[in-house]
Amino acid sequence: MSTAAVAQMPDQNASTEDNIVEVRNITKYYGEDIHALDSINLGFPTGQMTTLLGPSGCGKTTLLKIIAGLLETTEGEVLIHGKPVFGPGPERAFVFQDFALLPWATVIENVGFGLELTNKGTKPEREEKAKHYINEVGLGGFEYKYPHELSGGMRQRVGLARALAVNAEVLLMDEPFSAVDEQTRRKFQEDLLYLLANEKKSVIFVTHSIEEAVYVSDQIVLLSPRPGRIHSIIRPEISRDSTPDEIRRDKRYLDTVEEIWTNLRKYLD
Amino acid sequence: MSAVAPSVDKISGPTKKSEKILGMTDTLFYRIVSVFALFAIWEIAGRIPISVAFPTFSSTMGALWDMILDGRMFNAYAETLKPLAVGVSISAVFGVAIGVGMGLNRLMQWFWEPIFVVLQASPVAALIPLITYAYGIGLTAKTVAVIMLAAPIIVLNSYKAVRNANPSLIQMCQSFQGTRFQVIWQVIIPSAAPVIFAGLRLGVAAGFIGVILAELLITPTGVGDLISYHRSVAEYQYMYAAVFTVILFSAIMVGLLEVAEVKYFRPEKKKGH
Ligand SMILES: Nc1ncnc2c1ncn2[C@@H]1O[C@H](COP(=O)(O)OP(=O)(O)OP(=O)(O)O)[C@@H](O)[C@H]1O
Ligand SMILES: [Mg+2]
Repeated sequence: MSTAAVAQMPDQNASTEDNIVEVRNITKYYGEDIHALDSINLGFPTGQMTTLLGPSGCGKTTLLKIIAGLLETTEGEVLIHGKPVFGPGPERAFVFQDFALLPWATVIENVGFGLELTNKGTKPEREEKAKHYINEVGLGGFEYKYPHELSGGMRQRVGLARALAVNAEVLLMDEPFSAVDEQTRRKFQEDLLYLLANEKKSVIFVTHSIEEAVYVSDQIVLLSPRPGRIHSIIRPEISRDSTPDEIRRDKRYLDTVEEIWTNLRKYLD
Repeated sequence: MSAVAPSVDKISGPTKKSEKILGMTDTLFYRIVSVFALFAIWEIAGRIPISVAFPTFSSTMGALWDMILDGRMFNAYAETLKPLAVGVSISAVFGVAIGVGMGLNRLMQWFWEPIFVVLQASPVAALIPLITYAYGIGLTAKTVAVIMLAAPIIVLNSYKAVRNANPSLIQMCQSFQGTRFQVIWQVIIPSAAPVIFAGLRLGVAAGFIGVILAELLITPTGVGDLISYHRSVAEYQYMYAAVFTVILFSAIMVGLLEVAEVKYFRPEKKKGH
């Protein structure tokens, strides 16, 4: 086994003090007979990036939406800072795979939408804040454009800025980069790492790309096909000090990608 | 402090500008051309003539002018617009409310859906004479006819619009802790607005048909009377002039609704048609 990746038993990881999010014993059925998730126990360490990786239909989106409070569990609970939560809360912000932007609202209105809903601050204050995050994601100058006037990559940035603007501790991202081309995707990954280092967020990230998972994550959770169970947890432990190109040539990086690929490949048959 | 270099993916050039023809936008220009082409075809068809009962465009306009000058047109509309305005207003207010309610609430849906589906599917023209048994031949009967035609379309469109509101936007609103009230007013209603307004436009047009039908079938008054009287005395250019004003009026109201929609609900449609 590769020295780079440390596989742990799921239970060791759960219920640590510094997990900002924990899920206990989560089981999810859709209706009577679609068994989407089966007794998931997981901890998401504060300030780290955890990726959910697994074959299509294994329940990644389901788990993320349960954590977000958008779906009810059949069994089990979600804890934030050790306390069980029911429904969405201010500690969590969701970045949607299909962007979920209001088509009738401008970029600045979309970014400020979360603030408007919870009525945080006055209108000028909210606009100020929205502008700040629009600049932060590199969309300065596009404040008064409508979503249909933006490219897919730009729309996703609006979704990210909206999630950042509410200043939640945890960002939940469902395949945020799947709608953009490979070059833009790499740029986004670096931007994201940079933002995370600055904004001190914890992130739970769903992706289909093994490379992306290994490149951005502190912790990778491999899920098995339906019903989703935890197959293994991998910590890539790649130093972030090197340049992106060095990292992509790093032996640990390549070994970890290879190991995950070996694990996932057996589900393909 | 821009953390992310503005590597904004480039959008190809400035957004496509509409061309200008004779100092107006190209869409407007082509619309006008299309209307004139229609009038020209009408004129030619009238001159052939395709039927003795089909007047030319120019003689129809002459007849229209006559009726405007002698006040007949004004009196007819004063008569026709009352039940139309009342009926359409009632249908719009209650229709949208009931339709939206059906979209949001299963009980409302179960209660109202059969009623309006049956109404929409029934041959209302055949039912209109029955209205006279219940409501006589006055204003009420005409108003009921308008409502019977307009309301089902408005209700069923509003209902479908709400049902089809983008679930992803609803989840987004919930994830940012939107209340049920906010989900409805900030997401569901604006996202349903285009289809609700499409229903209103169709409803207004149907209401027009309703009032004219009532005037043709129940009480010979108003614009319906202009149509049936001039047909009976074979003054077809007058009859077509009355029909022409109905179409014109209906089109103007539909256009005004479109303006209201864009202004209050869908500002993004203003820029770049
Ligand atoms: N609303 C629903 N009703 C019924 N079944 C559902 C529903 N949503 C998801 N499922 C089923 O639950 C399983 C898990 O779905 P989920 O969307 O969480 O998978 P996923 O891991 O996100 O897949 P992908 O990688 O393709 O996005 C799938 O088999 C799916 O068919
Ligand atoms: Mg998914």
